[in-house]
Amino acid sequence: MEKKAIVLNVNNQDYELYINPKTLLVEAIRDYIGLTGTKRGCETVSCGACTVMVNDMAVKSCSILAIQCQGMKIITSEGLEKNGQLAAIQNAFLHEGSYQCGFCTSGMLMATSALLKETKKPSKNEIKESIEGNICRCTGYNSIVRAVEGVANGKYKEGSL
Amino acid sequence: MTTTSLAKQKLSVINTHVVNIDGIAKVTGRATYTFDVKLPGMLYGKILRSPHPHAKILKIDASKALALHGVKAVVTGKDTLGIKQGIWRRYQELCDEQILPVDKVRYIGEPVAAVAAVTEEIAEMALDLIEVDYEVLPAVYEPMDAMKKEAPTIHEGVERNINVTRHIEWGDVEKGFENADYIREDSFFCGGQAHMCMETRAAVSSFTPEGKMTIYHSNQSAYYLQALMAGVLGMREGDIRVIAQYVGGGFGGKFELDGAIFCSAILTMKLFRPVKICYTREEDFIATKRRTPMHYWVRTGVSKTGKFLAREARVVSNGGAYTGMGATALYLTGFFHSFPYKWGGYRYDGYRVYTNTLPSTSMRGFGAPQAMFCSEQQLEWIAADLGLDPIEMRRQNGHTPGYEVPGQAYIDSCGLDEAFDIMAKWIKDKGKLPENRGIGFSAAGFMSGGIFNWFDTPYSFSSAVITINEDGTVILHIGATEIGQGSNTTMAIIAAETLGCKVEDIKVHSGDTDHCPADLGAWGSRQTLMTGNAVMRACEDAKHQLLEFALAKMGLNIVYDLDIKDRWVHIVARPERGMPWEELVKIATRGKDGQRIIGRGYYTPHRKGMISPAYSYMLQGVEIEIDKETGKITLIDSLTAHDCGQPINHLGLIGQLEGAFSMAAGYGYLEYMPYEDGKLMNPNLVDYKMIRATEMPETPVAEIDTYEPEGPYGAKEAGEGLTNPTAAAIGNAIFHALGIQMKECPIRPHMIVNALKEKAEKDKTAKKGK
Ligand code: FES
Ligand code: FES
Repeated sequence: MEKKAIVLNVNNQDYELYINPKTLLVEAIRDYIGLTGTKRGCETVSCGACTVMVNDMAVKSCSILAIQCQGMKIITSEGLEKNGQLAAIQNAFLHEGSYQCGFCTSGMLMATSALLKETKKPSKNEIKESIEGNICRCTGYNSIVRAVEGVANGKYKEGSL
Repeated sequence: MTTTSLAKQKLSVINTHVVNIDGIAKVTGRATYTFDVKLPGMLYGKILRSPHPHAKILKIDASKALALHGVKAVVTGKDTLGIKQGIWRRYQELCDEQILPVDKVRYIGEPVAAVAAVTEEIAEMALDLIEVDYEVLPAVYEPMDAMKKEAPTIHEGVERNINVTRHIEWGDVEKGFENADYIREDSFFCGGQAHMCMETRAAVSSFTPEGKMTIYHSNQSAYYLQALMAGVLGMREGDIRVIAQYVGGGFGGKFELDGAIFCSAILTMKLFRPVKICYTREEDFIATKRRTPMHYWVRTGVSKTGKFLAREARVVSNGGAYTGMGATALYLTGFFHSFPYKWGGYRYDGYRVYTNTLPSTSMRGFGAPQAMFCSEQQLEWIAADLGLDPIEMRRQNGHTPGYEVPGQAYIDSCGLDEAFDIMAKWIKDKGKLPENRGIGFSAAGFMSGGIFNWFDTPYSFSSAVITINEDGTVILHIGATEIGQGSNTTMAIIAAETLGCKVEDIKVHSGDTDHCPADLGAWGSRQTLMTGNAVMRACEDAKHQLLEFALAKMGLNIVYDLDIKDRWVHIVARPERGMPWEELVKIATRGKDGQRIIGRGYYTPHRKGMISPAYSYMLQGVEIEIDKETGKITLIDSLTAHDCGQPINHLGLIGQLEGAFSMAAGYGYLEYMPYEDGKLMNPNLVDYKMIRATEMPETPVAEIDTYEPEGPYGAKEAGEGLTNPTAAAIGNAIFHALGIQMKECPIRPHMIVNALKEKAEKDKTAKKGK
């Protein structure tokens, strides 16, 4: 298939890419733009390791073509921190120990960040549901739930560690 | 300065709130895994896999694949030295696996050829162009069938496909059964389980003209991989550098050779360009090893008051096509099946049988989850049969500090008794449960690293080097592997505590065979105790060197004891008198003619029996709800009572226990690997079910305060052992809720429905009879 030039806005920066129109968003982010924080863990859209935010919504980036995301704001885990200042959810993950191997972590951060954009005070069930599509083989999820609760109730703020 | 005197002092870093030292890298997307590695000029590799469970390879024709634009090389078994390897290096007959077999494949998914191309897509396309002629052989999938005389031979010269046998025995088993008032016999089956690391197997190998190889590989023991690769490539270990940087999970599945590392190495040696191979999720399911499926037969004799007089157990395990770590699992399941109890007589016979299925191996718990599923359910049923309190029955037979498992192991610290108190209270406080709810618990214990040296390492089990810079910053080099369990942080905590500086002063380098001293790596819960001891000793060495200068500088009476805490060097009896850490380091460096202070430490267990230097103890309680119509299980609540000695890394400990619970619960009722004619039927994350966030109950932990003399600061195993009790606890909860006995794991809905039907039938007949 003929390649196409597209512009993707990732973490508030425009990237011009010349790609096959069938390129998945996750491939564009990892292989063409070179941001490897976003992971892949399956071929069946069922692990959530590739989750990013597209226009503030959690999206599995292996389930969508890069070309469909033109003109949208894509945020990956690399885009949460601002000039060395961590986002509240990042601080919460650090202090609640919400990651171990870290391979699911980017996806978890983006899924929960999207939840917190939508709902300031999510219930425990809402938090769990927001990451139901994200597998973590290490933590057993509860520490991730605690981190989100900690952000929601103001225990964790943005800023340095 | 001895371990004990240090430990008895007030701890300032250990068991405080310490954020994981790799944390920032992981929450900002900076951490790069093997999966993310990209080297200049790198090619991409793909592996062609056998579609047959058992077949001779007659001919491989790769000419069409090689003609495809972008393909750089195709390799097969003929391009290798054909060395049969295995991790039980001491035992030639157990080294039975060629990663690219030369003449025969033994399971569906086994590598047959590998391609390197400029893109992954082209490599993938090339696979379809490789022509392989097979002579399909009769295959066998179940160990009971494979042992039959007429079964096909999977490995030449192995009679009845029996790969390994293990016998464990102590006490007088016959007398025990003779004296028993009650004897119960049960048969069980425990299935396989996929490690399902979120990072699939991945390797990037780069061979350069000076004859040196550098390999990035997602693994649990960089040293094992280095040594195993040297063996199969005919190279010197020192010419191979293995780097395990950030590793996306291991769980017992990543310390053997796999197709990714081996095939990428063979390809790069041909091409002198880096080659990267990452498995797809499907490849990870069908072609990396799995938890060992086991058939268990258990016979137990007790007195009418519930004293454990004798136990006899027999296991036949489905070894799959190769040995791997399965031989160790076969031994450990037999040992831990006795845990955590004192038996008058105990006898275990295990048989590991080759079949034409995916090889089985170690997985978190290492044979013990299977052992406990059978043991702890049978004990629960015995208590019910005899009308005994299941906690008190277990307690009177439980391990206690100072107990010796005859000829096997010495138990120093043991918090089991307190664990029973905690569990009894939790169950009592639950009161009467709503309908269809049940509570079950199970006991377990686990090792703190293995003593057996089947790998035949010439090195100390663990080593550490600590270097103190002139400004007071510290570099710690350990061969241990950080796979997410938090070992880098745990070691930084031990180093900071011992040296008297702060965690943020310390950088940890691990998992790189060129820069770190050899260490057997992350398996069998060994690093906290073994690497921890090496780190503590390296720091004591460095600290001793520092304090010599402090003593001289401060002009003290030599009877004064000096120490360092929170970067303050001081007289123990007069803590206000002292000097800052940075100042002492400056003086010492100058005093040593400008040499940096370097401390070295190592640890190899001695005089600690055959199995492990120390054992953790735990009880896991679960409350579940069962839908009688569908057989669906819902986890409602849980409690863990846990003795890991002195906790070192508090946040890490809690995370490890919660994670172990989720993996163990998944084993108990969700994670199922069905095979049909040797083919795995659910090799993807849609059909392979595991615990998701919505299925997790609360997971509170009650820590039991003990001190393990052999461990650094009193620490021992945590995080793997808790995989052991949970499946049994779920079984016991079902038993209490519905009165049915579940003898197969994972316990799936149709089994509950069927068992309920059977029970209803039985109850009906019994009523009629009356
Ligand atoms: S990679 Fe698994 S859901 Fe996208
Ligand atoms: S931290 Fe390892 S998979 Fe979530």
